[in-house]
Amino acid sequence: MTDEALQNLIGGWFDDLKFTTEESQFLNVKVSPEILHPLMQKLREHPETEFDYLFCLTGVDWGEELGVIYHLESTTKRHILVVKVSTADRENPELDTVCDLWFTAEFHEREVFDFFGIRFRNHPNLKRLFLTEDWEGYPLRKDYEDDVNMILH
Amino acid sequence: METEVLYNNFKSEEYFINMGPQHPATHGVLRLVLTIDGEIIKKVEPDLGYIHRSIEKMCERDSYQQIVHLTDRMDYLSANINNEAVCLAVENALQLEIPERVKVIRTIIAELTRISSHCLWWGVMGMDVGALTTYFYGFRDREMINDIMEETCGARLTMNYNVPGGLMLDIHPNFVKRVKDFVAHFKTKLPEYDRLLTGNVIFQKRTKGVGVLSREDAISFGASGPVGRASGYSCDVRKHHPYSAYDRVTFTESLKTEGDTYARYLVRIQEMWESLSIVEQLIDNIPEGEHRVPTNAVIKLPKGEYYQKVETARGELGVYIISTGTKNPYRLKFRSPGFSNLSLLNHIAVGGKIGDLVATMATLDLVIPDIDR
Repeated sequence: MTDEALQNLIGGWFDDLKFTTEESQFLNVKVSPEILHPLMQKLREHPETEFDYLFCLTGVDWGEELGVIYHLESTTKRHILVVKVSTADRENPELDTVCDLWFTAEFHEREVFDFFGIRFRNHPNLKRLFLTEDWEGYPLRKDYEDDVNMILH
Repeated sequence: METEVLYNNFKSEEYFINMGPQHPATHGVLRLVLTIDGEIIKKVEPDLGYIHRSIEKMCERDSYQQIVHLTDRMDYLSANINNEAVCLAVENALQLEIPERVKVIRTIIAELTRISSHCLWWGVMGMDVGALTTYFYGFRDREMINDIMEETCGARLTMNYNVPGGLMLDIHPNFVKRVKDFVAHFKTKLPEYDRLLTGNVIFQKRTKGVGVLSREDAISFGASGPVGRASGYSCDVRKHHPYSAYDRVTFTESLKTEGDTYARYLVRIQEMWESLSIVEQLIDNIPEGEHRVPTNAVIKLPKGEYYQKVETARGELGVYIISTGTKNPYRLKFRSPGFSNLSLLNHIAVGGKIGDLVATMATLDLVIPDIDR
């Protein structure tokens, strides 16, 4: 399916989806955290989209907001969509998990939790993946400071 | 009925054991916490981070030329292909026109890297299931590729031969001859691999029907490379999103449907034949021309997001760059094949025995720095 057809189809499912293809080679869609899980479920299951392959899950610190970027591909239809979600709550960021839809999300979300501190609701095993349990702070955040091991700019 | 009575009379108890962080079958510092009942595995939980260097954070500090050097240290057996991934991402972002010569040389080098990686895998695969000879055979043939790399760029493992814009140096005058010699040599040795290990009855009993992964689960777990293809999932980036010179060579994507350890083994053996064929198609047709196009000393990518995927020896490596227009990426994510392939280990190992876990892990072909980054 072309980007335009995808946008027309998905745009009809929910209100306030912001689509863009600027500054990216893929079609991007920005969603609010409340409709993240219903949207992802529909993208996975709808016979015309069939996004069965989550090939990348990235945590990002946008400064004001913390976000997650999902790269989806359909192995049957071969179209690609990038879904972006972010939350302004830096103290206690929470998003819904998608690991019930794609198994690979379980490890990727643990990595995001480890480095950005975003908690994923309903995740079966949310704990640090690389760092030790008693590590303080979330190293990939832009405001992270560690006097001993800091990577200097 | 009698066995059942016997079974019920024995008290069954679950307990934990640690496999690793230093264990010969994990090939690196990976710790697996196994929950077992007798010898039956109930749960495998990987404990990661023993060699995590936070390469993604370091990338936010480094220039794009420097980042290429860090990628060698991820999957060190696919060093050249990792380098290529970052270079392609940067070149696409800058919309650089890359000379044909560079594309062809990169493809040849990438395929030699794949063969070299699979040789090492084959050697240790045999060793993991108890056949030491394979290790020496694999390393003997791998040595020839390492020598070619050494002559080409001065390094044997972490090459850094690719730079944004092309290649660091042109190929050595001996390159074509030595590659041809290797291809001729390896064509006589690869059938030996089959005679030594593939047809071996003990080996087949250790691998057939062990660690079965279905196609649906392979896709859901994000499996890629030989792991995905052994489950009948066509996931070769070289076919679906061709880069460099892969659009002008003919090769077959090796697919199997069994999804077991033996199928993953056969896919890799087949891949070595295909890689030889790709090298043969290109080695006589390296176009003349520049080996590098000039770039600015300080590379600044235009504001935006760039994603590049390549097929390493282990599967799909993705490089995702978010640039704000400065000389460093704002965020750089490596989607590494080993990370996703490891995540499915628990799924396919449960219900098997510890010995099966070792054989299964051998065909996932994990490189720990690739997972830990």
